[in-house]
Amino acid sequence: MKSSSFPWEYIQLGHGSGGRMGHELVEQIFLPAFRNETLLRLDDAAVLPGGAGRLAFTTDSYVVTPLFFPGGDIGKLAICGTVNDLSMSGACCRYLSAGFIIEEGFPVADLVKIVSSMAEAAREAGVMVVAGDTKVVNRGSADQIFINTAGIGFIPEGIAISAVNARPGNLVILSGSIGDHGMAVLSEREGIRFHTTLKSDCAPLNGLVAAMLSVSNRINCLRDPTRGGLAATLNELAVQSGVAIKIEEGLIPVKEEVRGACELLGFDPLHLANEGKLVAIVDPAVADDVLKAMRTQPLGREAAIIGAVQSHPPGRVMMKLPTGATRIVDMPLAEPLPRIC
Amino acid sequence: MKHLDEYRAGPRVKALAEEIHRQATFPLRFMEVCGTHTHAIAKWGLRQLLPETIELISGPGCPVCVTANTDLDLAIAAARLPEVTIATFGDMVRVPGSHSTLAQERARGSDVRVVYSPLDALDLAGSAPRRPVIFLGVGFETTAPTVAATVLEARKRGIDNFFVLSLHKTVPLALEVLLELGEVRLDGFLMPGHVSVVLGSAPYEFIPARYGLGCVVAGFEPVDILQSTLMLVRQAREKKPQVEIQYRRGVTKAGNEAARRIMAEVFAPAEADWRGLGRLPGTGLVFRTDWKCFDAVSAFNLTVPPGREAPGCRCGEVLRGVLRPPACPLFGSVCHPEAPVGPCMVSSEGSCAAAWREAR
Amino acid sequence: MCVAVPARVISIDGQLAEVEIGGVVRQVNVQFTPEARLDDYLLIHAGFSLHVIDEKEAQETLALLAELPDGEVA
Repeated sequence: MKSSSFPWEYIQLGHGSGGRMGHELVEQIFLPAFRNETLLRLDDAAVLPGGAGRLAFTTDSYVVTPLFFPGGDIGKLAICGTVNDLSMSGACCRYLSAGFIIEEGFPVADLVKIVSSMAEAAREAGVMVVAGDTKVVNRGSADQIFINTAGIGFIPEGIAISAVNARPGNLVILSGSIGDHGMAVLSEREGIRFHTTLKSDCAPLNGLVAAMLSVSNRINCLRDPTRGGLAATLNELAVQSGVAIKIEEGLIPVKEEVRGACELLGFDPLHLANEGKLVAIVDPAVADDVLKAMRTQPLGREAAIIGAVQSHPPGRVMMKLPTGATRIVDMPLAEPLPRIC
Repeated sequence: MKHLDEYRAGPRVKALAEEIHRQATFPLRFMEVCGTHTHAIAKWGLRQLLPETIELISGPGCPVCVTANTDLDLAIAAARLPEVTIATFGDMVRVPGSHSTLAQERARGSDVRVVYSPLDALDLAGSAPRRPVIFLGVGFETTAPTVAATVLEARKRGIDNFFVLSLHKTVPLALEVLLELGEVRLDGFLMPGHVSVVLGSAPYEFIPARYGLGCVVAGFEPVDILQSTLMLVRQAREKKPQVEIQYRRGVTKAGNEAARRIMAEVFAPAEADWRGLGRLPGTGLVFRTDWKCFDAVSAFNLTVPPGREAPGCRCGEVLRGVLRPPACPLFGSVCHPEAPVGPCMVSSEGSCAAAWREAR
Repeated sequence: MCVAVPARVISIDGQLAEVEIGGVVRQVNVQFTPEARLDDYLLIHAGFSLHVIDEKEAQETLALLAELPDGEVA
């Protein structure tokens, strides 16, 4: 990362202006990191070649405390999150924009770290950052740094993935262990702090999705269980498709450390955020092939069938427990809070 | 995870459930006093494993739920003080007082921090010595010693910007009041395991002696709860009510004397306001004179008008075991976890929240 | 009424100990259990240890299950 020539230690209001300070920021920090022809032209809009077929378009804003956490940072999150949202439509991700809202006084060294991990994540995902924007706001008007990314991808012919497409008899596949991201971030929070080797699972899922689609297009739903965790994602799918989903607790991979931290803090792993996992609802005829394809991928090695779709009762998610009983898995209300009682 | 997984194993759970089915040949109603039991029973679906002859009803043992609205309003008044930090266990954040919640106050600008331990709250005070930190002290005998020890630590470290709003409550006398009311026919109690870690089992001896009801001090895993239920069934069959400890790995007859000593050094028994049970003498904990300087109520002159109950809310009756959650006219219609009217629907330990998860 | 979890002592220094559950480590205060030793399992509540888990009692509790008609599977 070339930043040694950037003469400022802290971001100032002037870096968000259209003047020379702003240009220096773009030329010395953003352009070298994201380097591509479209971006280098510095036009008001990125002009891109059209693709065949349908476009997928998404946007998401990223705020996280702390900015740097084991296994990632807000920058990696901002790339992976948007790539993953596109991937969940079956789209091939191509272009991203990146908008930064930075609080006056933000350390340039931290910005450089964030931008460089964005660049690395973009390379890993094979996407280009082709448009960008920076605003600097007065101290106190934002919490350090906020990032918005929007993304464009192209959906190949014959793919119809949507949260409304789950049908009774379909099987539910989860790509790997849940709760890693949520717990990794929590472990660094003030007032909760505990030590763990857990890392955020933050990763671009487009490669995994491509591998899945290469064996079958009978994948009906894809969704990444981010905030709200697996519980929220399954409830959304059940409601949007008007079906019931029945999963089995014993089939859901959960790392021992996530289990331990959940015991300590009174959390449910189903409510914890993930940033590199997906849920797929697939036709039972292709489930084994899709699972096999997933397991050949680094991000899908632990993929497992965790349950099935039923017709009744619509909108409900149920979980078979190791005790032999069944309980309802509700939509979590809000971010989980540690409880002692 | 040792001392957890053994008590969750499917075959053990099944064997216990089958034995309960064999032995519970007549109707029995047990009260699980503790909210953590209520939560565990729902989480593990244990009601489905029990025969129809056994009814488990929740008691007044969810600390958040039994906190009266006037006391919740005090916490909210504290949060509205200028330039203070409120430190609280996560449990309290979304519980509605008469007019607001801590979550709402935070949105309106109050500094409300969630901590895992009262010591974390003390660290907040230590790191910003000019800003008062008020810790919301809720919980029973399990938690009160940890708060007392934190107050001792504050004095040791010379931290003088740390305060506690003591809303703590104590269990045995409240059970006596519940039994004296005699509103619910019961056949025995599942006693709170972690309160008993501190208290021991001795304080429950009056229950079989005076009321002829069995008490089993129970752990919190599925095997613990079923084994305890089986012990209560056996007591009922043999008509020999007594205090037994199922949770022997954690509870002794004498309890933890060191924890009780520190609690008694800092706090004195006082009247407390219980949702559902009213003002009960000797069931709350206030600062003793030597430690009064840590008391948030006197340090900040906190006063609030008497709390207002949400219209139609019957949490009080639910907490006494008189009303089953689904029988409340508000249950599921206007009161559900997304729009809770009373605390029993907010707290994950609340019996209404548990019933909501189980019943539909 | 109170969540408390069993965690193993991995280091101890006066009133403070590090305990581990499922590989997650947290510092706790052990003043209520001065008898706590390395490798003991403690019941942890709100950052304090309330009890040293009695291994023998734990085993006896589980042994009782073996006496149930179907308990041999346990």
